[in-house]
Amino acid sequence: MILFNHVSKRHPGGFEALREVSFELARGEMAYLTGHSGAGKSTVLRLIALLEHASFGQIAVNGQSLSGITRRGLPKLRRSIGMVFQNHKLLHDRTVFDNVALPLVIAGLSRDDTERRVHAALDKVGLLSKERAYPVTLSGGEQQRVGIARAVVHKPPLLLADEPTGNLDPELSREVMALFQEFNQFGVSVLVATHDLELIRHLPHRTLTLKDGQLVADSPTP
Amino acid sequence: MISFFKRRRSGATPRSRTSGPAPVVTRAAATRAPTARRSAASLSLRAYIAQHAQAFTYSLGQLWRAPAATLMTAAVIGIALALPTALYLVLEHAQQVSAGWKGGAQITLFLKHEVSDEAARTLAVRLRAWPALTGVSAISRTEALEEFRRLSGLGAALDALDENPLPAVLVLHLAPEHDGMAQEYSGRLLAKVRALPEVDLAEFDEQWLKRLRAIMAVIERAVQLLALLLAAAVLFIVGNTLRLAVQGRSDEIEVSKLIGASDAFIRRPFLYSGMWYGALGGVCAWVMVSLALRLLNGPVQRLAALYQSDFSLSGLSFTLTLLLVSAGAILGLLGAWLSVGRHLANIEPA
Repeated sequence: MILFNHVSKRHPGGFEALREVSFELARGEMAYLTGHSGAGKSTVLRLIALLEHASFGQIAVNGQSLSGITRRGLPKLRRSIGMVFQNHKLLHDRTVFDNVALPLVIAGLSRDDTERRVHAALDKVGLLSKERAYPVTLSGGEQQRVGIARAVVHKPPLLLADEPTGNLDPELSREVMALFQEFNQFGVSVLVATHDLELIRHLPHRTLTLKDGQLVADSPTP
Repeated sequence: MISFFKRRRSGATPRSRTSGPAPVVTRAAATRAPTARRSAASLSLRAYIAQHAQAFTYSLGQLWRAPAATLMTAAVIGIALALPTALYLVLEHAQQVSAGWKGGAQITLFLKHEVSDEAARTLAVRLRAWPALTGVSAISRTEALEEFRRLSGLGAALDALDENPLPAVLVLHLAPEHDGMAQEYSGRLLAKVRALPEVDLAEFDEQWLKRLRAIMAVIERAVQLLALLLAAAVLFIVGNTLRLAVQGRSDEIEVSKLIGASDAFIRRPFLYSGMWYGALGGVCAWVMVSLALRLLNGPVQRLAALYQSDFSLSGLSFTLTLLLVSAGAILGLLGAWLSVGRHLANIEPA
């Protein structure tokens, strides 16, 4: 699902965010990407979603090389990826329902289909009762779950999460990770960037460890 | 969980079908690919129409939610559109009035005061024999007085005079072959009649009409230039308004780009907004011009009545109204097009 082949990323200032990173995430696989802040976790995710371009090396997502994607093809790539952000990136002038519906509106689904799918996604994250609420009235954990519902509502084959538990207490963090595992059990490929080693220590998935932009450990599924 | 992912089959693209282990999914997707592609194509047309309908109503809703700001922008556009429209109407009315005046080649002879009506008629008979003239009509001093009394509304003032102040007039109609062409010839003719002892003043009638028409042509061109200038102003007004709108919604644009909205999708509601602004501006212009016409019509009719005319200002025709509103809409759309694309490109997810 994701293939990194000797990928390096050098920023204009000369700072090297990634050095010779190679790994492959199989279709339907789930993995954690860990490392200290600044180790390059976010850069890996940003390269996958083409928020940045690699300086060297090749990246393929879903069998397609990213170097061949033009500006016109970019939206299609991003529609095949569900993304969860540490700061949620919700729209605060819209209800929970409208936030979650956004990917479906972009895809041009009918009103009925949109409603059905948004309800299913909100039900999954346990927020069906809050669909008319505005994000500011929700707790941090609830906002994050709205963000997750939005990331999966259009059923992307790949789910990326950048520090999804960064602002949550341990119990909420475990709930969020459990959600990701559930999605993975139904075939979604999942890559979660997190620095919370304590949280993932007991979770049964592959862990990729970055240090100073290099992949230093790739522990397979226990 | 299961209910959520089961629905996957109905609308998802083949790639996103992920129920079951990975290899099975790949095979299943491969065998279903042709039908899936067909339904994807029909979905995309439906989706396209649905997205347009959505942008259409969404943009209208956005303007509706900020009525004061919307009206202000529409009013500015309205003023910019109303100015050339009003000037155009003035021209049209002027042309209507002057179209009633005959432009044929005539020479009006004002005879000297002491020439009697009898002598004037004799002169008319003499002139009728000239080959350059097709006809001569005589207006005696009494007839002139009657006509003046009828048309000027100054009857009471005339009654106060002891004697008729008006001269007798002969109107010479030139033969068509001398009409307009052969300036030199008609100039000679004019000199010849001026030399007649009975004649006080001789003027070509069409000369002042020609001057009037030339003046109107100058004004018409000026109105066209002004309209062009104000059309550019509308483009800038809409462009600037939407630049601010784009900036105000940069969060939304960023998130939309992150989750895979195309540039066209993001641009669309702004383009519709531009169209609405322009069309609303057209409506504002219509209201302003109609109101102005209504306010002017009373005085104009009173003025026309003094000239024994039942002339009155006609309102904006249906065609002109349609033209005004659609010109506004097109200018708004164009202004949005020129501005939004450029400013959207500056907002990239970081």
